[in-house]
This record gives sequence, C-alpha cells and structure tokens, in this order.
Amino acid sequence: MEFTEEQLKRYSRHIILPEVGGKGQQKISDARVLIVGAGGLGCPVGYYLAAAGIGTLALVDNDVVELSNLQRQIAHSVKTLGVNKADSAKQTFESLNPDVNVIAVKERINSKNIIGLIKDYDIVVDGTDNFPTRYLINDACVMLKKPLVSGAILRFEGQVTTIMPGDGPCYRCLFEEPPPAGLVPSCQEAGVLGVLPGVIGALQATEVLKLILGKGKPLKGELLIYDALGVNFRKVKIPKNTDCPMCGKNPKIKELSDIPEQYCSI
Amino acid sequence: MAVKVKIPVPLQRLTKGKDEVEGDPGTVISLINTLDSKYPGLGERISEAGKLRRFVNVYVNEEDVRFLKNEETVVKDGDEVSIVPAIAGGIITAISI
Ligand SMILES: [Zn+2]
Repeated sequence: MEFTEEQLKRYSRHIILPEVGGKGQQKISDARVLIVGAGGLGCPVGYYLAAAGIGTLALVDNDVVELSNLQRQIAHSVKTLGVNKADSAKQTFESLNPDVNVIAVKERINSKNIIGLIKDYDIVVDGTDNFPTRYLINDACVMLKKPLVSGAILRFEGQVTTIMPGDGPCYRCLFEEPPPAGLVPSCQEAGVLGVLPGVIGALQATEVLKLILGKGKPLKGELLIYDALGVNFRKVKIPKNTDCPMCGKNPKIKELSDIPEQYCSI
Repeated sequence: MAVKVKIPVPLQRLTKGKDEVEGDPGTVISLINTLDSKYPGLGERISEAGKLRRFVNVYVNEEDVRFLKNEETVVKDGDEVSIVPAIAGGIITAISI
C-alpha cells in the first residue's frame, strides 16, 4: 500500500526516524492489536496506538462510561456517559485518526469467547482491572502463542511486562495463582492516582510499537515496577518456571476456565 | 549496613508510609518474621506458616527467591530485598488491606 500525501505528513515524525521509516510505518499500518479493557489502561494504550496509525485496533469492554471513570479514562467524556466504553473510545480514536479501523467488541471476555476474539490479532494488550481476567488472558495467549503486553495498576504503583509465549516466561511463571477468593474478605474499590494508568499505558503502547517494528528489546523476562510516590522505576527478573502450570514442562492447565464471578471483580 | 527492604505501595500502610525499611541479615523467612514484629501484619501478608504466599514474590537483588532457596535464601548486609505482590487495578485484596 502506498501512503497518501496526507498520511506521509501525519506520520512524518515516525518516518524520519531511521528505526521506523516508511517500512516501519507500513508495519504499523498492517498491525492488528486487541486491547482488553477500555478503561484506565486501555484508553491511553488505544489513544497512542490510534495516533501511531495501527491498522486494526479492537477494544473489548462491556461496561458503560460513568462519571467516576473520567478522572483517568481519557478516551471518554461527559458526552459519552452511559455509552459502552468500547464504543465511546472508538468514537474518540476515529476522530483522532480515521486511518485506523477501530472495532468495538461489547462483550465481557470469558473462557468461551476469548479464543475467537484474540485469534486474528498479532498482539494482545491486557488493560483489565481484575485477577480472573488477567489469568484467563495469559492462559489464552500462551495457548495461541500471542505476544501479550500486560499492565496493572493500584493506587500509586504500576507493573508492566511483555509476555512472548514460547520465548520466555508467562504471567503464571511470575505469579502462579491469583490471591484465593477466601483471602479477599471485602472487595472494596481501590483508589488510583488518575495519571498512573497514563504512565503505565504509555509504557504498554511503547512495548506494542517495539514488537511491531521489531526494534529494541522487549520487556520480556522482567517486571517493570513504577512507584509514583517514591519516583522509582525498578525491574525484577522473571525466570521461566519449568514447573509453571501453564507454560512449564508438564502443564497442569489444559483448558481455559473462568474463576467464579463472585471472585472479587468489580 | 543492613538489608534494605523495598515495600510495595499496597503494604506501605503497615510501614507507616515508608517505601523502604531496614532488616537484619539471615534467611528470607527470618527477615520477614523480624519485620513483622516491627510492623505487625506485614508477615502474614507475605507468608503463611513459614512459606511465601504464591501471589507475592520476594526478590533478593532482582532475583526471585523461588529460583534460589526460597524462604531459606540467605540475605546479607547491603542486599536489597523487594516484595512484589500481584496487583490488578480496581480492587483491594487481602494483601493490601
Ligand atoms: Zn509460565
């Protein structure tokens, strides 16, 4: 595909980078990325990927926009209160960049639909806010060998890692299991500094673009931890666990399962 | 010199807001137990019956102790220990209460 005059202008700051160039921008335009969650993390990830000119961008979310989301979920606005979040973000991203084919998937991801949802995408981004979905996405990505850029936030702290199934550890190599439901006595909603998902989401978007371009080294086998209060970025190693129940030598997990709904997910 | 222990944000309520505390050299589990006497509640967030919880990792100088000697991994003066819980935005779990 040839870029139009307008596209050459739009992406000129990419194209003049030797690491990107016309070829790299073409890769970005051909890429298909699926983001699970159009909330705190999904908004900034999608925003930057839409600006970058990702060819196809799918957003999976079945929640609607509420006023309390607007403190951090920057793709939504007072105009889309009550609108499905995937639809709301689609409107925003399309008005930023009409080149991008934004697909709103208004479903709650589960063990039945996840394979069908992710199978046609090159990269999956985890922007979910609960443990069951986080583990489900990891397991499905390991099964289908899809690169997964995982991000998580709480209060003033964020974590990012890139999972390359077959070539490095998975999320269960890092944390084998979610905290058991019994240890979650009350499912209070946690606070989060509004800008924190912006920092973590921007890091996730960076990882996605690096994977598409094949440039730099992916954040694989390492967990990046950001502590906003102490202004610390730290990395710890994630060794591949040969006993991992998902990607180890004798994986215990053979099929996807949903952790019960009453598990603390809001 | 002592052992530096990085406390994750969800547990900083127990350390009176401190993101780093000092501990004594020894095994990881003895370090946690000593910290618990100073900061009550910290121990049970990280371990149960002398074993590290599976959704909380402990790193000694960036190395995950599960791949060293687990709870018996020895930490020395000057080592940096990081406690890293699994987090998923939106909810407060037992680890962070
Ligand atoms: Zn694994």
